[in-house]
Amino acid sequence: MTAPVSIRNATKIFGDFTALNDVSLEIEAGEFIVLLGPSGCGKTTLLSLLGGFLSPSSGTVEINGQDMGRVPPSKRPTTTMFQDYALFPHMSLRDNVAFGLKMRKIGKAERHAKAEDLLDMVGLKSSADKKPHELSGGQRQRVALARALAVEPDVLLLDEPLGALDLKLRRQMQDELKAIQKRVGTTFVHVTHDQEEAMAIADRIVVMNAGNIEDVGRPEDIYMRPRTLFSASFMGEVNFIPGTLGKCHDGMVDVDTVLGLVSLAETALRDENLTKGAKVTLAIRPEHFRASTGTGPRITFGKAKVTDGSFFGTHHRAHLEPVDAPDIVLTAHMPQSAVIEAGAWIDLTIDPASVVVLAGHPDTTRTEDAA
Amino acid sequence: MISSRFSKVLSWAYLIALYGFIFLPVVVLVLFSFQDGRLPVPPFNGATLKWYGEVFADSRLMSALGNSLMVAIGSSTIACVLGFCAAYGLARFMLPASRLQRGLLVAPMTVSYLIIALGLLSTFNWLGVSLSLWTVAIGHVVINLPLCFAIIYASMGDHQKNIERAARDLGAAEWQVMTQISAPMLMPSILAAFFLSVTFSWDEFIISFLLSRFDVTLPVEIWSMLRSGLNPKTNAVGSIVFLVSVALLLILELSIFRRTAKK
Repeated sequence: MTAPVSIRNATKIFGDFTALNDVSLEIEAGEFIVLLGPSGCGKTTLLSLLGGFLSPSSGTVEINGQDMGRVPPSKRPTTTMFQDYALFPHMSLRDNVAFGLKMRKIGKAERHAKAEDLLDMVGLKSSADKKPHELSGGQRQRVALARALAVEPDVLLLDEPLGALDLKLRRQMQDELKAIQKRVGTTFVHVTHDQEEAMAIADRIVVMNAGNIEDVGRPEDIYMRPRTLFSASFMGEVNFIPGTLGKCHDGMVDVDTVLGLVSLAETALRDENLTKGAKVTLAIRPEHFRASTGTGPRITFGKAKVTDGSFFGTHHRAHLEPVDAPDIVLTAHMPQSAVIEAGAWIDLTIDPASVVVLAGHPDTTRTEDAA
Repeated sequence: MISSRFSKVLSWAYLIALYGFIFLPVVVLVLFSFQDGRLPVPPFNGATLKWYGEVFADSRLMSALGNSLMVAIGSSTIACVLGFCAAYGLARFMLPASRLQRGLLVAPMTVSYLIIALGLLSTFNWLGVSLSLWTVAIGHVVINLPLCFAIIYASMGDHQKNIERAARDLGAAEWQVMTQISAPMLMPSILAAFFLSVTFSWDEFIISFLLSRFDVTLPVEIWSMLRSGLNPKTNAVGSIVFLVSVALLLILELSIFRRTAKK
């Protein structure tokens, strides 16, 4: 079962702290949505509003077109996969998974059969008689998923479910989660602060910060064409080059940056309301710096000196000091085969299509690693 | 070297003296319950099981023993149910003045049994309730409820709160959460509270004495036997009472505390 979700102007205030500030979001039936943001950004609060564990100070939550305002968690078409799994320690895995069906007055034989089907789906059929404390973290995770899916919810809410797993297991569980979501077709709303996890599993990512939605879109869009400075830096390493918006002409726009004047397509602008003279920032991913030789459109920011470099397997990561603005440190990813020597000079060349222009200036001109 | 050996001897002596002080009365009680003679005092004249035979043949003692078991199990069950409900309410919901309420629930622990018994006695008089095993049981609920509440409340953590939340999320009503999730999950501490409560009720004298009339519990019956002087039979009864308490504590230790430690 699956259903669309509609959040309209949801605000949640705790005392004098605004956890959610007038948030609106439309989720389609069967979508895998990831709420992404740093701790305290309001993503878990938003999830709790959907599950009914909190009620909004103002605004509405609709699931399948029905207002959830006065519906308690037990009556909502949602179930939650909790961060600490919250399995029932005194019950076998079979009884854990069958619990929701028991509450719905499904007969014993039927609910046990269903529970075993779901345990089979998550690869734990042979452990149906075990107790949760006999399992590893990843296995408990799977049981929690099976238990939440057993009642065929319209919407499954996942509260940082992979947070406690080690990296390898987390990657594996991400693949499984995504495959299972596609199989059952249920709408998944997943909370995480790990942008790689978000990109790995989401149909659409919702980037949140300080109670607001900063950006919504497919992982590719959020990464390549972020809407805000926060979204750009949260999704991964990025170089910010501050500047001022110049005049528009023939679908092109000029930006006067500390590294010189560049001319970009108007589509590079991520905020339509920007006018001439506005403070803007060019956002460039480290892997978008190119060798100066090659084909296709190029823009150049002059020369830069390599200050240091290190090898990351898939690429060399180098810090660069542009000759025009020595106070800026840029980060660039160079090909595996490149020879990186401190003190060498290279041309800063880039495909203009991979540059986006964002409103405002970053707090600092140094481009530190994204949080 | 000498001083270290001396301190070793001293610490062993202290250890023996300490355990002697605690257990000698019990050893004497049990030893002279086997006394072949009319007086449970030294010298020990040889072993016999005759006094135990007399105890089991004594219908008044046997009915007192039955009464004691009934009161202990009944009052402990009620104290555990009430204690669990109170702990669940105070641990899981925002209640007005919850700190004060917790204090009030535990406060009777600090009041002496004599005062509680006198208070209950005048209350029952005033209400026109005649004394019986029921009034004794009520008295034991009063003294054991604070204990049960404190033990069960202490075991309710935030981790279990999330598990209860999961049950609610899966469609469980509040009473189903309590009976199918919280109570089974907290069973080790509930059983610990129950067995401790049974032990206390089993041994309790003052309240049982003041709040009973015709049917009495075992400690009260032993007391009335003692009025006619010392007798190896009283030692035999005392040994049985002691044995039951030890058995209860052993069950508690082996079945519950072991299991919790393993988890």
